Amino acid sequence: MAQPDQVNTRPGSGAVLLSIGLGLGILLTIFMAARTSDPRYQVHAFVFMGAFIAALSALVLGLSSGRFVQDQGRYEDGVIRAGVIASLFWAVVGMLVGLVIALQLAWPSIFYFPEIGWLNFGRLRPVHTSGVIFAFGGNVLISTSFYVVQRTCKARLAGGLAPWLVFWGYQLFIVLAATGYVMGVTQSREYAEPEWYIDLWLTLVWVTYLLVFLGTIWKRKEPHIYVANWFYLAFIVTIAMLHIVNNLAVPVSPLSSHSYSLFSGVQDALIQWWYGHNAVGFFLTAGFLAIMYYFIPKRAERPIYSYRLSIIHFWALIFIYIWAGPHHLHYTALPQWAQTLGMTFSIMLWMPSWGGMINGLMTLSGAWDKLRTDAVMRMMIVSLAFYGMSTFEGPVMSVRAVNALSHYTDWTIGHVHSGALGWVGFVSFGAIYCMVPWLWKRPRLYSDRLVEWHFWIATTGILLYIAAMWVSGIMEGLMWRKYTPEGFLAYSFVQTVSAKHVTNIVRALGGAMYLTGTLIMVYNVWRTIAGHVRQDETGAVLVQPSASGPASAGLAAAQ
Amino acid sequence: MNTMTYETVSRLAQQGGTIYFVILFLAACLYAFWPRNKAGFDQAARLPLDEED
Repeated sequence: MAQPDQVNTRPGSGAVLLSIGLGLGILLTIFMAARTSDPRYQVHAFVFMGAFIAALSALVLGLSSGRFVQDQGRYEDGVIRAGVIASLFWAVVGMLVGLVIALQLAWPSIFYFPEIGWLNFGRLRPVHTSGVIFAFGGNVLISTSFYVVQRTCKARLAGGLAPWLVFWGYQLFIVLAATGYVMGVTQSREYAEPEWYIDLWLTLVWVTYLLVFLGTIWKRKEPHIYVANWFYLAFIVTIAMLHIVNNLAVPVSPLSSHSYSLFSGVQDALIQWWYGHNAVGFFLTAGFLAIMYYFIPKRAERPIYSYRLSIIHFWALIFIYIWAGPHHLHYTALPQWAQTLGMTFSIMLWMPSWGGMINGLMTLSGAWDKLRTDAVMRMMIVSLAFYGMSTFEGPVMSVRAVNALSHYTDWTIGHVHSGALGWVGFVSFGAIYCMVPWLWKRPRLYSDRLVEWHFWIATTGILLYIAAMWVSGIMEGLMWRKYTPEGFLAYSFVQTVSAKHVTNIVRALGGAMYLTGTLIMVYNVWRTIAGHVRQDETGAVLVQPSASGPASAGLAAAQ
Repeated sequence: MNTMTYETVSRLAQQGGTIYFVILFLAACLYAFWPRNKAGFDQAARLPLDEED
């Protein structure tokens, strides 16, 4: 270990700058709240103000009590622990809202109160999508990226208090976005609904995140940058680019919650789906592939099947994904050559996707018995199976002729959920199950049997969900295109809606099962953190890399 | 500039872009399969496993 005066550093100028920024932020929000005539904007000004006051108080208290003294010989794990808890919290919120709107699709008047409108399907739907993608998925990505970059670079997170700014700033973004949706503050851009001032706040947080990540890589003690970090970096950089370009807008006034996009017409649609599809490609794919490249080898205690393949996988994926967006705009005003371009690149994407899947799956080669004995490992491997399935289904659906049948139907919803529940959800759960004992220095999870329960209930739920959506999607697609001999449409729209009643109930049941699995996980993680271990289980104790000394010792040894 | 039409710009972007990206991708493949890099990659692949050192 190095000399004590080098080991412990106080947050100096960073904390001062942060205090000044927060103080100015409080003044600005007082002005915003006082001057605006837009009540929803005023609510958000107060949310900002409350968050800034709380942050400033915590900063002053923390500085005066010396809580922010940083041990440079240890990893910064506090912010990761907070991220794990936030991930699970938002998972429950996002999935619960998903269940509510699934029930609303089956029984339209359930949980809906016309006099207030807050629980209207149209307002709750973005709460669900943003809740599971950005709140749950985003927190998983931020916390695992902080975990992985420190371990594979053998360096403490850069930037002093900046990782905490990223964490709390991101939670504030989520709260602003979700409260905005239920109040009706929206840009009406799918997966980019938050309004201009929330977008500006996220830009600040995201650039800080990028700088923390780059700073940590910059001071690494390992010559090579491990492949997982490339995927994380591609995710962070590309999301910054997509977010900024797609949200270019002119506010009605600096004191209004409403804005108009800088783009119009078909250019607007193309920019939106360039954003939308690459949010899938770089948020829901590249980021979670980074999780795969670290946590599957770690859990299996074997190196990745082919490091060469991982390099090809990375470059192929990022070169191809960025062009696939136009497949969301088949048979629209978009020029047909652009539609064909989007379709062609989508089909090409099949190869890097399956290359990555094979790389993850084959890592278990020679250790397949872990699929039987280790439910966490099985969860991550099944996530790759779902990844493979949805990345095959996606290219098929991007073909114009197939899209003519599938577009606007439940088939798309089923496709998205096989990717989101199966791939993104399961690989995240696997990573959290791995990290919790490591982060809280526990010998093992509270219960391996509960992981089995989580796995089987959730897997059955996914299968019910996607099977129901295939049936209802293809059914409604065929009904929409059915003509009578006289040349009239055979079915009115509402007939196709009522035909989906039973499949919508099955979908809600599948979602309820998936949520049940998540609640079991929350209980299991909570008992693990509390230090409990189920006594009647004799499950094998699995990899324990960072229990007490080793991780920090590794960092110290590297210095 | 009269020569700077939509067609010339789009041709440059389409053809030039294709060539540029294919060359970049081939360079990535060469880097991945260059025999001398193998030892470094094998070492890098063990990074998540060698944390206790």
